Amino acid sequence: MAKITLKDLSHSYLAKQYNNADWALRGVNIDWKDGGAYALLGPSGCGKTTLLNIISGLLKPTSGDILFNDKDVTKLNPVERDIAQIFQFPVIYDTMTVYDNLAFPLKNRGLSEIDIVTKVKEIAEMLELTSTLNNRASGLTADGKQKISLGRGLVRSDVNVIMFDEPLTVIDPHLKWVLRSKLKELHQKINRTMIYVTHDQTEALTFADQVVVMHEGQIVQTGTPVELFEKPKHTFVGHFIGSPGMNILPCRIKNGEINFEGKTLSSNISIKKTSFNKTQIGIRPEFINFSKDGIPVKINRVSNTGRHKIVDTNCSSGNIKILLKASSEIPSGSAHITFNQKYTYVYGDDWIIE
Amino acid sequence: MNKTINQKAWYFVIPVFVLVAFNAAVPLMTVVNYSFQETFGNNVFTWEGTRWFKQILQSDRFHAALGRQAMFTSIILLIQIPLGIGIALTMPKKGWGVPVCLILMSMPLLIPWNVVGAMWNIFALPDIGFLGHTLNAIGFDYNFTQQPGDAWFTTILMDVWHWTSLVVLLSYAGLNSIQPAYYQAAEIDGASRWAIFRYIELPKMKKVLTLAILLRFMDSFMIYTEPFVLTGGGPGNTTAFLSIDLVKMALGQFDLGPAAAMSLIYFFIVLLLCWVFYSLMMRNEEKS
Repeated sequence: MAKITLKDLSHSYLAKQYNNADWALRGVNIDWKDGGAYALLGPSGCGKTTLLNIISGLLKPTSGDILFNDKDVTKLNPVERDIAQIFQFPVIYDTMTVYDNLAFPLKNRGLSEIDIVTKVKEIAEMLELTSTLNNRASGLTADGKQKISLGRGLVRSDVNVIMFDEPLTVIDPHLKWVLRSKLKELHQKINRTMIYVTHDQTEALTFADQVVVMHEGQIVQTGTPVELFEKPKHTFVGHFIGSPGMNILPCRIKNGEINFEGKTLSSNISIKKTSFNKTQIGIRPEFINFSKDGIPVKINRVSNTGRHKIVDTNCSSGNIKILLKASSEIPSGSAHITFNQKYTYVYGDDWIIE
Repeated sequence: MNKTINQKAWYFVIPVFVLVAFNAAVPLMTVVNYSFQETFGNNVFTWEGTRWFKQILQSDRFHAALGRQAMFTSIILLIQIPLGIGIALTMPKKGWGVPVCLILMSMPLLIPWNVVGAMWNIFALPDIGFLGHTLNAIGFDYNFTQQPGDAWFTTILMDVWHWTSLVVLLSYAGLNSIQPAYYQAAEIDGASRWAIFRYIELPKMKKVLTLAILLRFMDSFMIYTEPFVLTGGGPGNTTAFLSIDLVKMALGQFDLGPAAAMSLIYFFIVLLLCWVFYSLMMRNEEKS
């Protein structure tokens, strides 16, 4: 059980770095609270797995420190850090039985036979593996094998953190749901810090209390699923979370006023800095409505997803998607729209201006 | 949907059938023919029944050759398999060392058998060979042409030099196919180096090792050219393995009947042992 702090963590797989693209991680700073359920969300190649392997000690960071309960562990190996990690593909010891697989991490740590038996039985019970305990692990199905991997992570009671690296990739969709609920349930039961890496927003949002969004080696936002949805701090979060993602459109800032499509948007933010390379406004499709007057748009296409209608429109600045209830009336041809001011944000060089 | 039945497709098999007939079935049947008959040339044969088989199976000469063969094969398997795995484990997994090691390892495999025999013959000569001369210079009484122990030592060393690479390359391929996650998981589980070998590497190499053992077993059990060039089966008959003895009987003494019977027995022993090896090693595979 531990609080985990990452300080100015950077990592590169190359010997020499010339630009940002050469870094897998760039200046990561974050506190993971003890007992929290976190999701690390981002597209493939954004540095999630690198970050995870650095926390577990499988990788040594190029620079920066890792602290467990304010104690520096940067130089310690995975065993000394006392962590558990579950990988994308089930890792099982083929020649061992299910029982021996689960007992393996405990045996390596020199626990007594009685302790091992109790622990393994307890975990097997939790993961519904009791009936297969004496079978050879190699004969199990993919989800059975992944349960063993999970079990080996959960069987040790002293771990500081349990990390999951896209653990449900190889599992059938209907079992994914079951296993994910199981994990959530386990988190509540054993109350240990858990970090769950995924590129699937549904998985992240259903598992975690706090979602950490990564983009090109940086953490762009940490927050609850609601915060990420309602107030994305980076245009990437707006894009990546939500379906369809946030509308991001170019705007101009003049004398502290936001000018979009020739209209001044009223807003209560004060813009001090003006020297941005690009300025954009962001509005989620959920927070746009048709109105009598406002921004003129042309309606291109309406798709019905069952519960919602997604309206594709365009104005002179670009495409705007609007999400409305399935029962809504959609005007045809051209129309006017207004943005819900509360959820309209301004981004300077992709970061929110507040 | 009904499958179209067209037996004409069998015609396509004819070339293969002819080829196999000529390179396998016909020669084998000739041997079978010889093994039940006696001939003195001029294509005159007399029926002997199972006489040659009985004679071979009861002969001390065959028992001795079979014993030497079993001993030789066991020794080289016991050396080459662990040594091959060991070398594969220490070979680099990336960088410039990989092609260097792979090329160095493949070299002995590319040298023709008789050249290997000749090379080692010269290399081991007690008076002028580098190995033989050095061994004598540092105080060993070494002479592979006269002392059976030295002949065995040299033959085994030669085979180890020639064929360990095969085991190395197969093991290396097996090791490289292991996902890094297995090592990472083992690291997190706190596994010792031995445990990683025993529970991850060895089970994952099982298929290639089965292949390596089978190949090395068959090849070494049928070994002919290298010991023939190196020792010629001597001194005396001490390194006359089964195939050397067989050639002596067939071409040296021209005992075609007994030699044919011996070939068939030899063939069945190899077949039987391969089957036993394979079933033993694949036993657990079928269970799971």
